[in-house]
Amino acid sequence: MKRAALGALLSHWWRHPLQLITLLTGLALATGLWSAVQAINGEAKASYNLATSEIGARQNETLVPKTGFIPLSRYVELRRSGWRLSPVLEGRWPQNTGSLRLIGVDLLSHPTFSNMVENSDSESSFSLDALSSQEQLFLNPKTLEQLTVHVDLPPIVQSDQIPIDVALGDISLVERLLQRPGQITRMIILPEQPLGLHPLEDLAPELQRQSYDAGQMSRLTDSFHLNLTAFGLLSFAVGLFIVHGSVSLGIEQRRGLFRTLRAMGVPLHLLTVLLLCELLLIAIVAGSAGLVLGYLIAAALLPDVSATLSGLYGATVEGSLNLRPGWLISGIAMAVVGTLIASTQAITNIYKMPLLATPGLQARAQAASSQQYGMAVLGLALMAFGTASMLVFDGLIAGFALLAGMMLGTALMLPLLLSWVLTLGLRNARSALGEWIWADMRAQLPGISLALMALLLALATNIGVGTMVSSFRLTFLGWMDQRLSAELYVTAKDEDQAQKLVLWLTRRDITVLPIRWSEVPFHGTKLRIYGVQDDPTYREKWPMLQVQNGAWDRVSNGTAVMINEQLARRRNLWPGDDLNLTPSWKMTVVGVYSDYGNPHEQAIVTLPVLLRHADNVPNLRFGLRLPPSGVQNLIKEIQQESDFEGITMVDQNDLKARSLAVFDRTFVVTGALNLLTLGVAGFAILTSLLTLWNMRLPQLAPIWALGITRRQLAWLELWRSLALAALTALLALPLGLLLAWLLLSVINVEAFGWKLPMYIFPLDWLRLLVMALVAAAIAAAIPARKLALIKPSELLKVFAHER
Amino acid sequence: MADWEMTDNTLLQIRNVSKCYSGLGESRAVLRDVSLDLQAGKSIALTGESGSGKSTLLHLVGALDYYDSGEIKIAGTNLTNLNDSARSELRRNTVSLVFQQFNLVPSLNVAQNISLHARLANRVDQTWITSLTSRLGLTELSDRYPEQLSGGQQQRVAIGRALAVRPKLLLADEPTGNLDEVTSTAVMDLMLNLVHESGAALFLVTHSVQVANQLDRRVHLSAGKIA
Amino acid sequence: MNAKSFLTAMFLCLPAPASTQGFAGLGTNANGFAIPQQGTFLSFPADHGSHPNFRIEWWYLTANLKGDDDLEYGVQWTLFRTALRPGSEDGWSSPQLWMGHAGLTTPNHQFFAERLARGGIGQAGVTADPFMAWIDNWEMTTVGPTLQQLNLKASGADFAYELDMSTQGQQLVLHGDNGYSVKSAGGQASYYYSQPHYQITGTLSLPHGPVAVVGQGWLDREWSSQPLAEDQSGWDWFSLSFDSGDKLMGFVLRGASADFTSGSWISADGTVTALQPGDFQALALKHSNVSGRSIPTEWKITLPAKELSVVIQAVNKQSWMGTSFPYWEGPVTISGSHTGRGYLEMTGYE
Ligand SMILES: Nc1ncnc2c1ncn2[C@@H]1O[C@H](COP(=O)(O)OP(=O)(O)OP(=O)(O)O)[C@@H](O)[C@H]1O
Ligand SMILES: [Mg+2]
Repeated sequence: MKRAALGALLSHWWRHPLQLITLLTGLALATGLWSAVQAINGEAKASYNLATSEIGARQNETLVPKTGFIPLSRYVELRRSGWRLSPVLEGRWPQNTGSLRLIGVDLLSHPTFSNMVENSDSESSFSLDALSSQEQLFLNPKTLEQLTVHVDLPPIVQSDQIPIDVALGDISLVERLLQRPGQITRMIILPEQPLGLHPLEDLAPELQRQSYDAGQMSRLTDSFHLNLTAFGLLSFAVGLFIVHGSVSLGIEQRRGLFRTLRAMGVPLHLLTVLLLCELLLIAIVAGSAGLVLGYLIAAALLPDVSATLSGLYGATVEGSLNLRPGWLISGIAMAVVGTLIASTQAITNIYKMPLLATPGLQARAQAASSQQYGMAVLGLALMAFGTASMLVFDGLIAGFALLAGMMLGTALMLPLLLSWVLTLGLRNARSALGEWIWADMRAQLPGISLALMALLLALATNIGVGTMVSSFRLTFLGWMDQRLSAELYVTAKDEDQAQKLVLWLTRRDITVLPIRWSEVPFHGTKLRIYGVQDDPTYREKWPMLQVQNGAWDRVSNGTAVMINEQLARRRNLWPGDDLNLTPSWKMTVVGVYSDYGNPHEQAIVTLPVLLRHADNVPNLRFGLRLPPSGVQNLIKEIQQESDFEGITMVDQNDLKARSLAVFDRTFVVTGALNLLTLGVAGFAILTSLLTLWNMRLPQLAPIWALGITRRQLAWLELWRSLALAALTALLALPLGLLLAWLLLSVINVEAFGWKLPMYIFPLDWLRLLVMALVAAAIAAAIPARKLALIKPSELLKVFAHER
Repeated sequence: MADWEMTDNTLLQIRNVSKCYSGLGESRAVLRDVSLDLQAGKSIALTGESGSGKSTLLHLVGALDYYDSGEIKIAGTNLTNLNDSARSELRRNTVSLVFQQFNLVPSLNVAQNISLHARLANRVDQTWITSLTSRLGLTELSDRYPEQLSGGQQQRVAIGRALAVRPKLLLADEPTGNLDEVTSTAVMDLMLNLVHESGAALFLVTHSVQVANQLDRRVHLSAGKIA
Repeated sequence: MNAKSFLTAMFLCLPAPASTQGFAGLGTNANGFAIPQQGTFLSFPADHGSHPNFRIEWWYLTANLKGDDDLEYGVQWTLFRTALRPGSEDGWSSPQLWMGHAGLTTPNHQFFAERLARGGIGQAGVTADPFMAWIDNWEMTTVGPTLQQLNLKASGADFAYELDMSTQGQQLVLHGDNGYSVKSAGGQASYYYSQPHYQITGTLSLPHGPVAVVGQGWLDREWSSQPLAEDQSGWDWFSLSFDSGDKLMGFVLRGASADFTSGSWISADGTVTALQPGDFQALALKHSNVSGRSIPTEWKITLPAKELSVVIQAVNKQSWMGTSFPYWEGPVTISGSHTGRGYLEMTGYE
């Protein structure tokens, strides 16, 4: 019985291959986009795990100082009070080819050090000698390749387990290499603690607990991945509209079959189970296709993603994609769950379907209208919820909640709004045909509204994200003009050479602005402090957002500090407030400047003050002020001087071009996903129209019989679809602008630490409107063509079947 | 119920069955106290005006719908309080239906449609099906799909499908109602012959006195009551 | 090789290099560690402290306790020191490593915890006067005259204890030749003394609540640079307190060809008799399956010179210390010619 019944059910798809292909394609697209995003996120996460792990210790909470470092005595005190902690000392370790992250751990107490170095290449890697000399440094072979000159390096052990650009060693060795004896950067709180401890908050009030995930890299990159995930979910949702459409159609068309099978003694529960099996089969097939698609998309986008992440956050993500079993499973699971969600309604209908009577068309129309109201109410509720969450909470999640509430809410209200517009049209219709067109559009609405909702979401996202990116770009361009004010930037090989260069340049009357900075620990991350030499360049050009009178004077006399917007917003510090740069170094904030393209906190003081408070401030980089016409000559002269071999020079235009290139690349992924989502939405419209096509013949036949030609009907079909798409696009515009505002003023502040002015780009909207119309036209073209070529006998059948 | 007993070869027993349709605030009795017996291998013609409740009664007997009171027994099985899977089994194995509208599966061809019920019941007798198909004149049309058939051809497929499973009881609701008179007579004659051959009992709803006269008994329903 | 196996190797007392004996006369071995010399007089309180020029050292306390719930308990508190190189240095580069083990045996459960620490930073160490041995918040602290009165603390994730220990002024027991204790026929030796006379009161914190306990404790002090010979795979060590007031310390170092036994008889009046190799005999009677190995949990001990023939039984056969270097350590009861209680430690069972 099961085989015969399943065969009968599946025979439907055999006879309607196009419908099957639509269903499979929709589901595969949805799964594909979703898993592409997941693959990208997974790859990036794996890369950070490697990069920021010191070694798998990431599950543990850490204890960090609010400013400065933790003295060794503090560690010992806390251990003596019973807390099981493991100390870590971390710093930048300058090398000829750049610097390495040097991490020192206590080999005895570190939770996972042994796992980390176990796979290293030589057998004797971690022997008694390793600890007895405590002299070995663990490096990734790739890192070692980059260290061209190996002078003064301690014995090296190579291990794949060590992240690139990281050197790991015993804390005794590392404190010597970094020249920071007795200092600890953070302490890992080990998972197992003994009974009867006093709270850390009482024992060490100057330290704060930090769960690893709140660590700097992940906090910053999280927002980027949240963005991607939101996109993935959006396209998945849009894809589900397609699935919903085709599954509903497949079930709608088989109502007769179900009834026949029931009449022939197939029990209801078996029928339901068989239908679920059918859907499961479809989900697995489509899900697998989607995974292949997702893999391809991810592989294509990953290089741009890694460029984005390194450009924006300095996070390294390897450009190659790995297949992870978890990803495969979650992709298929997503397809299955999505299919089930999309078909719940259809399946419940079958379950409730009476064996005998067919509910009248009228009843269905009534249900659709009450559904419209229900959806609109739900939509309003969602919008209210989003707004409320924004008022009650703050942070990235609240921003996204508001965003999601607004988007979904508007989408849900769309059918009701459209039906109002159509009713209005109907009332004002003059001719009989006009009346019919409006009425018919309204009748069509329930069938196509899901697809229109998908289109609305896709369009709004496009407008929102597009506006955000373009606004950002415009702001960024202006900011670069201010910020990159020196005509030429030079970097010397070493301090000796730098001194000679400065002397040489001053003799030529060129203003030399040293670019010197030092990093100090700050609330669990690092604060970069620049020391500047007072110069009109800064006073005139530095991109200030808020500034007190005489601010630069106060900076140059050493009593005040300027901070970047990120620092100001994150710590809520504004001109007039005091800032503790280190425990013993406090200054007044007199200005806040914008600092795009950099997620980190930053401050500017006058150079002598910096040198007084920090040692190890290299003096290698300089900005040179000279007439732009002299730049090329100067470059040549420096190149010809034998003393200046190895000096790197970048002129302002080059630097700007490079920065802009990084910027543009950053948003390639966003653009690609944007376009793909719109494509999926177009596909959703196509499926809906194809679905409607079958149901609409009975409505078209009488009109045809009344003397409208099939060609005319086909044209009407096309126009109708265009009109609905245009109406939707109109509604999408305000929603998109709202989205852009949210992205610029809420999400960006949370994610990057800066707020951007919003600019408006009506030409982009026009382009989008055209794209939406083209999508709708293409989607309507197939049914319209079918209609134009339909055999009159098909239309006659409508009458023949009429009872 | 103890007050009635089944004679040995009684296949269908309907006792005091009543049925109301309630809707829009009012409840309307469609069948009132209907009682009827049908012996195995015999046939009954059910006649009556439109709206008199014929289809309703047939649906009740086919375990497609539920009665409000009374009792129906088919081959010893009492339909009262029977759950869905038992009802399904009854429909699969004992009863077959032919409706006024063609209830063919549009995505299956003629041969597949004919054998569908038999396959569902797991009782495929290929010789019987082959001879049935050829007797119904459908051999040539085996590969066609329902939409490529005329009304009479479609109804012959429906009859073939109902008989292919060799039901004990065939329920037919105006099987020729959609056909012109000549075709109608031909199809009906064929059906009666085949029913006779297969040994099934027949419960047939018809408007045609001529057809009714060809059956063993004729029952007239009027406003939900047997006249 | 990872940190764990490294430590195991460390504390398993790696067989000393073959050349060691050649240097024995010079008082140091090939790695520059000092080695014990016969005829050295131990000097107190200085020798209660640590000896960084020797490779390994321990402060080892075991206690047989009775709870107010009438159950038998055993407590172990050990601080091990091991040196990667001889000598002490301040800061992370100190070659000294410390390991603490705390055990608490109930008749049906064994609790244990382990702590590791680097020397040179103050996280663990031992000072001689006033005496204090510590690692993290585990402490053994003198509260009166040195080693006469001690306070002992340790805690793990699921247990803790705090004990007050005191003697009635009994002398320390110096094993072997005035504290020079030979550990193999080849002459490997350690410095070894004990204070076996502690009376104890204190509290155990167990998952179901605190238990007040009283009982006796035995402190062992030992340091060396190479206590095991190359062919020795482990030891069985007994500290027994008889109801008669006599005490017996005896150990078996299991060798490939022959076992090496030694020990001390401490009579009730305090006189100590060093046992000659072979005097003390221990025969395993019954084995139990503990942590996947077969380990003897019932022994027959004989010491003909003292007409002693007793059977030793574990209070809890599963007294397994699943630490980085795992071993069996727990309280025992004594029956036979003498009765009493004691502690048993067994290492090197694979
Ligand atoms: N689902 C329903 N809900 C309410 N009333 C119904 C329903 N189905 C049938 N009826 C009513 O029950 C009565 C009997 O209907 P039934 O279909 O049994 O008539 P019939 O005798 O088969 O008529 P015909 O010869 O026209 O087919 C009619 O008055 C009909 O309106
Ligand atoms: Mg009827």
